Amino acid sequence: MRQERNNIFAGIDWILVFLYITLVGFGWLNIFAASKTEDNHQILDFSTKYGKQILWIGFSFPLIIVILFFNSKFYEKFASILYIISILSLILLFPLGKEINGAKSWFNFGAMSLQPSEFVKAFTTLAVAKLLSDRQYNFKLVKNQIKAFIIVFFPAFLITLQPDAGSALIYLSFFFVLNREGLTLNYILLGATIITLFILTIFFGASNMIISLFIIISIASTYLIYKGGKRFFRFNWHKVLGIYVIVGLFIFGTGFTYKNVFKQHHRDRFEVLLGLKIDNKNIGYNSHQSELTISSGGFWGKGYLKGNITQGDFVPEQHTDYIFSTVGEEWGFLGTSLVVILFMLMMYRIIYLAETHSNKFGRIYGYGLASILFFHVIVNIGMVIGLLPTVGIPLPFFSYGGSSLWGFTILLFIFIRLDAHKNYDW
Amino acid sequence: MQRSFLLYFLITLVGVVFIGRLFQLQIIKGETYDPIHNAAVKIEYDYPERGYVYDRNGKLLVANQLSYDVMVQPDQVKPLDTLEFCNLLKIDKKYFLKEFKRAERYASYLPSVFLKQLAKEDFAFLQEKMHKYTGFYIQKRIIRDYPIKAAANVLGYIGEVNEEKAKKSDYYQSGELEGKEGVERQYEDILRGRKGKKYLHRNRFNKVTGSYKNGINDTLPENGKDLTLTLDIDLQLYAQQLMKGKRGGIVAIEPSTGEILALVTAPSYDPNMLVGRKRSKNSIILMDKNNPEKPTYDRGLMGAYPPGSPFKMMNALIGLQEGVISEQSYFRCFGGYRYGNRANEFMKCHCDIYNSPIRLKTAIARSCNSYFSGTYKKIVEKNNKPSEGLDNWNRHVTSFGLGNYLGYDLPAGQKGFIPNGKYYDDRNKYTWNASTNISNAIGQGEVLTTPIQLANFTAAIANRGYFYTPHIVKKIDSKTIDTPNFTVKKQTTINKEYFAPVIEAMHEVFKTGTGKYSQVKGIEICGKTGTAENSIKMVDGVKIQAADHSILVAFAPKDNPKIALAVFVENGGYGSTIAAPITSLLIEKYINRTVSKRNKYREQAMLNMSLQEVYDLQIPKSKKIASGTK
Repeated sequence: MRQERNNIFAGIDWILVFLYITLVGFGWLNIFAASKTEDNHQILDFSTKYGKQILWIGFSFPLIIVILFFNSKFYEKFASILYIISILSLILLFPLGKEINGAKSWFNFGAMSLQPSEFVKAFTTLAVAKLLSDRQYNFKLVKNQIKAFIIVFFPAFLITLQPDAGSALIYLSFFFVLNREGLTLNYILLGATIITLFILTIFFGASNMIISLFIIISIASTYLIYKGGKRFFRFNWHKVLGIYVIVGLFIFGTGFTYKNVFKQHHRDRFEVLLGLKIDNKNIGYNSHQSELTISSGGFWGKGYLKGNITQGDFVPEQHTDYIFSTVGEEWGFLGTSLVVILFMLMMYRIIYLAETHSNKFGRIYGYGLASILFFHVIVNIGMVIGLLPTVGIPLPFFSYGGSSLWGFTILLFIFIRLDAHKNYDW
Repeated sequence: MQRSFLLYFLITLVGVVFIGRLFQLQIIKGETYDPIHNAAVKIEYDYPERGYVYDRNGKLLVANQLSYDVMVQPDQVKPLDTLEFCNLLKIDKKYFLKEFKRAERYASYLPSVFLKQLAKEDFAFLQEKMHKYTGFYIQKRIIRDYPIKAAANVLGYIGEVNEEKAKKSDYYQSGELEGKEGVERQYEDILRGRKGKKYLHRNRFNKVTGSYKNGINDTLPENGKDLTLTLDIDLQLYAQQLMKGKRGGIVAIEPSTGEILALVTAPSYDPNMLVGRKRSKNSIILMDKNNPEKPTYDRGLMGAYPPGSPFKMMNALIGLQEGVISEQSYFRCFGGYRYGNRANEFMKCHCDIYNSPIRLKTAIARSCNSYFSGTYKKIVEKNNKPSEGLDNWNRHVTSFGLGNYLGYDLPAGQKGFIPNGKYYDDRNKYTWNASTNISNAIGQGEVLTTPIQLANFTAAIANRGYFYTPHIVKKIDSKTIDTPNFTVKKQTTINKEYFAPVIEAMHEVFKTGTGKYSQVKGIEICGKTGTAENSIKMVDGVKIQAADHSILVAFAPKDNPKIALAVFVENGGYGSTIAAPITSLLIEKYINRTVSKRNKYREQAMLNMSLQEVYDLQIPKSKKIASGTK
């Protein structure tokens, strides 16, 4: 204990630190490439995007020291309070927030803005870890499951109201954590089925889907009746009927929702992604441009600061959500696959370390961290390479923005702190 | 430990999918995206001069003039004062909105034509004002100019590439011009040249920031090549004048080369009608399907008709070749030919030689139906099986280029039709013989030919047994064409010696037969007149049997023939009244370069001759009103 007090870096997992520094550093190089203008190359000019990012990166070091300074116990004890404070910050946004791009997601402090939702992720993870690691807590009880759901989805609900559906979507990643701690996989399967049905319905149209699914279900149940005989049918006929009704209603409901509840720009996003609509200019422009930009990099890339699409400012939001396309153009397939691999390594390492924790709190927190990272990476890179619809969330450690960088720094380094202490009996 | 497996697995799966997708984007697709299809590179085109077109004597037929289009790239357009802009371009707001929407629908990140072909005087004025309207600019283009108002059907025209093609093509951009018909279409690649390209860097404000990769991809424009046609424009123009007021087609070929000297369709139109801003308005009128004149329909290439009497020469040649007749063998005619026992199985004949021997020369000169029916019967029934005999007949006929596309270098017309044994085997339930299709003997029946095929057939006779595929281009950039299809002799299946008697007989036609009033002193013309039956039409509830279409084939002079032609006049009646004088005038004009004084009356008569009344009779009243309101 004494030794630990003397040196806050003792027991730290340097592999994670190294991955962190690599991603942040490489991220900045790309932000510089994406946001530099022809007449200004001064790196420390804080009026520029890349200059500001230097500042954010610089400030994250004292932040890290502070995080590492606190004892692991502190995070466990104060998890609820931190969570409540962060929820309050989300609520305060409604009267005090500053509206940018139609969403009240920002607090404005003079020259600088903060986006609370980026920080809430970390504190929600703490709260979930605290709840699930409680010795009294039995996750089999539905009552307890509901408690966990409330902790996870209350901030997501508040963020949706801002409205910032993209950031709220990230909270779905907590399913992995809950699943790891005993929540049945059926929820995820159910979710996946619903999403698949939804997409297929949009793609093929409601009536086609109802007909073809009814045929599939009929064949399946005929097979089961054939195998199980009359007994099967006697005991299960209400289930079979139930499946027919639910699937039918769902598809019908999807068709209806899609046509009447969704706004045109939502529909457009889906349709462009599913290839039902080709529009390389208007709504499809971003994804089209970013795909093109990435493709043009080829295997080796065009070289740092030599990407003509990046330098010509053709990709909107390239320094934030579309930063990965800069990597694609200037660093080529080598660069992009390296970034993907770096993220994979970081996530593997976090899960691996989390599983070695004897303490449940640390393990759950680590799992939460890995899941959040995983979701961010899927949604962001998936969007930039044209596999997923346009959802505006940043690429962790990489994208421009202080809130995002600090939010992820806090998330990661709390885990590193917890991990450094895992062998002490506390 | 088992439960963490899910996340491990998903991370790996997603990682593999992402890297796979990146591989697809950056390595498989990567090459095709760069550098051209790339928003950061702007391509500026430098349009080359389109090739000129000359006639065989070096007279300029098609030249170029400049034209200016207003282009728009919708994604760059900033809010503007529409009213002022519309006034400037002399358009109304409806047009503005319509065209702007169309351009956006096409692709808002690509330029498309907003207003076509400005008047020259507007251009200078607009050039100065245009910079105010971002997203709009003026594009210089080269359009055609026709100093001589003739041969529109041969020359064709250029028009905007259609949008589907422009999107697929790796050369054409929307709004660019390409050859649409005639020589312009057929020789597009040669006339067009290659436009030059300059690759420039630009930023998203469309500001050019320098040349791309120091211009290593840039190309210079390559001018189009000039064409010299085989056409004799004086002859063409003269033929068009003679055909005024008539409908039909004339094809004239130089037998010794297969060069097309004239290709006339009447009525035609001034090629300048399809140039410039009036183009779209005029093309609607010209291409109207309800227009009975069909000025854009090339009757010389497209009209497939029964050839009528000129086809008798074909049967004579085959008969001689097959040895079923000789110069001396004869048939008797009894006012017609009875091919069956029933009362209506009788083909009338107008040779007026009753029950005395008719030999080949007389038979052609007097156009005796009985003689050729007898000959045809012998050809078809030479073998025991008529279908074999007919196949043999078909082999001879098609060796003259009949019954198939000739392979000329103009947009393909019609194939025509020459039946074979199988055709009748399939059509007839029971056995058949020559009597079943005896009409083929005199060129009626199932046989169909186009005027250019007939002209080529005549050229093959003039050459005594061979022809060169008719073609319209003589030189490309002063280099004479050497396409084997046009320079290699095509031999027919008829031996040379069998042509002499047939040619003698054709000479007789102009000496004593139906063409005797159309002789030209000093030129020995050989020819054959004919008619294609005109079916009865119902017009406004009244049966109308308009005069037959008249057909004439001829070549001259008899030895060393210089010109072979086929003339087809709709409702022209017997060949001797219209087709023969026109033929003789054309031959005289081409060979002597002028029409002698003594034949001026003939020229005048033909220029004044109009069949308009006959044509008008065939238009139902209801349609007349409809076309009147246009």
